[in-house]
Amino acid sequence: MDNKIKMQAKNVDFFYGKNQALKNVNLNVYANKVTAMIGPSGCGKSTFIRLFNRMNELVAHTTLKGKILLDDLDINSPLVDAVDIRKRVGMVFQKPNPFPKTIFENISYGLKVNGIKDKAFIEQKVEDSLKKAVIWAEVKDRLNDSALKLSGGQQQRLCIARCLAVETEVILFDEPCASLDPISTAKIEELILELKKDYSIVIVTHNMQQAARVSDYTGFFLLGELIEFGKTQDIFTAPKDKKTEAYITGRFG
Amino acid sequence: MKKEFSQNLGFFGLFLCMLTTILALGSIIYFIAARGFSVLSWSFLTQVPYSAMTKGGIAPVIVGTFYITLGAIMFALPLGIACAVYLCEYSPKSIVVNIIRISINNLAGVPSVVFGLFGLAVFVKFFGFGVSILSGSLTLGILALPMIISSAQEALLAVPQSIREASLSLGATKWGTIKNIVLPTALPGILTGVILSIGRVAGETAPILFTAAAFYTRGYPKSVFSEVMALPYHIYALMTEGAHPDKQRAIAYGCSLVLLFLVLFISGFAIFLRQRQRSLYG
Repeated sequence: MDNKIKMQAKNVDFFYGKNQALKNVNLNVYANKVTAMIGPSGCGKSTFIRLFNRMNELVAHTTLKGKILLDDLDINSPLVDAVDIRKRVGMVFQKPNPFPKTIFENISYGLKVNGIKDKAFIEQKVEDSLKKAVIWAEVKDRLNDSALKLSGGQQQRLCIARCLAVETEVILFDEPCASLDPISTAKIEELILELKKDYSIVIVTHNMQQAARVSDYTGFFLLGELIEFGKTQDIFTAPKDKKTEAYITGRFG
Repeated sequence: MKKEFSQNLGFFGLFLCMLTTILALGSIIYFIAARGFSVLSWSFLTQVPYSAMTKGGIAPVIVGTFYITLGAIMFALPLGIACAVYLCEYSPKSIVVNIIRISINNLAGVPSVVFGLFGLAVFVKFFGFGVSILSGSLTLGILALPMIISSAQEALLAVPQSIREASLSLGATKWGTIKNIVLPTALPGILTGVILSIGRVAGETAPILFTAAAFYTRGYPKSVFSEVMALPYHIYALMTEGAHPDKQRAIAYGCSLVLLFLVLFISGFAIFLRQRQRSLYG
């Protein structure tokens, strides 16, 4: 694999209290590629993706062993501020979670917390981000309406636009289509393929077809272990592990 | 058949309980209105009292209640919100914090006359504020604190974790998230609690008895260190002191009616805000 490595998990163990949720996971996220994590519910894939932007810190009584690297930077080093990591590694969540503010404010928020005050710049950035997330046409005449009035699919694209405005380097998608209809799902998948030109993308999904459609690399998780990781094509056509094969062919999960 | 009968009997019992409550409320409003309505007039609301309280209006009394209530909320609101933010967002889950929570709930159960004595000892005497708007406001503020804290806590807990995560994931700091996302989202809920406590504070007598209220002051209060007349104490004074009990009694009912309207108006505003908050998330 001659691609540039963007993020790296090295010997990662993760515990909720005494329960071990991840066991010695090693995985590379390649630059400008889509990396998918698949596996049955409770296998640890969501826990794993939340390590990449230090979101698991918000949960009490958790322990992380091993390292997560972002361009060779140990993101959990005491010298590194989680806030700075999150400015470089954005996240789109399972359920659309727009702020109870206007559509415009939802996008401009990320710019404002990063200290940008130039109004013209913010307006331009909001427009660009909404265009990139392919929702501009639907909202351009109602930027001052509450974001909560949008449909679920629109809200999720708004959340993607919100993430894009911050100009991160990596975007983590945590089951972004879990609560969406097939048409909205198709739009988001198209968008992900478009976004990988500029971003390194990690996506957790329940849906194996989705992983096959959008990703370049796939990791299969089972009970906290990364069973197999490789090029999506290989994982789906010639899995090396019997458990991967059983999951992909739908024998369990 | 038998089952249906006992069910209907049960419903009827519930209906009776409901009716009793409505009757109690209705009769309070009826009797106060019947006795107090005759003294209500524009001049009653806008003039100062004279001839040993039997003539003129109650304007300084309304103004006094307004000042004391406003002062109490100005004191209790920032303190209460800050306290709730600490308890909900920052405090570690420990025994000490649990004890603090329980203490705050107990504070809400302290009889109001005890707050009055506390205010007398601390604000009037120890800090030397005297019997004044300041002392009364601080005392009432402490009375309102547990109400504001618990409503603010509830409102903060109702803010979904998902939007906090969204804000943090965009590179906002914890404080930035609280200030820009959590507090604005919780604000309508906090305001509902505030407004309900305004209603309570405006109507309290015992806490201002020793700390702020005077039976009679000449004209309007001049500074925060002035004694004031206030509606609840004014009603009490009119009924128990003075040389013209009959004339005073009608005025006392008039004052009660004004106080009742004031509190009803405030509660109505609270309900309006709550509806608006619900529609925001509907």
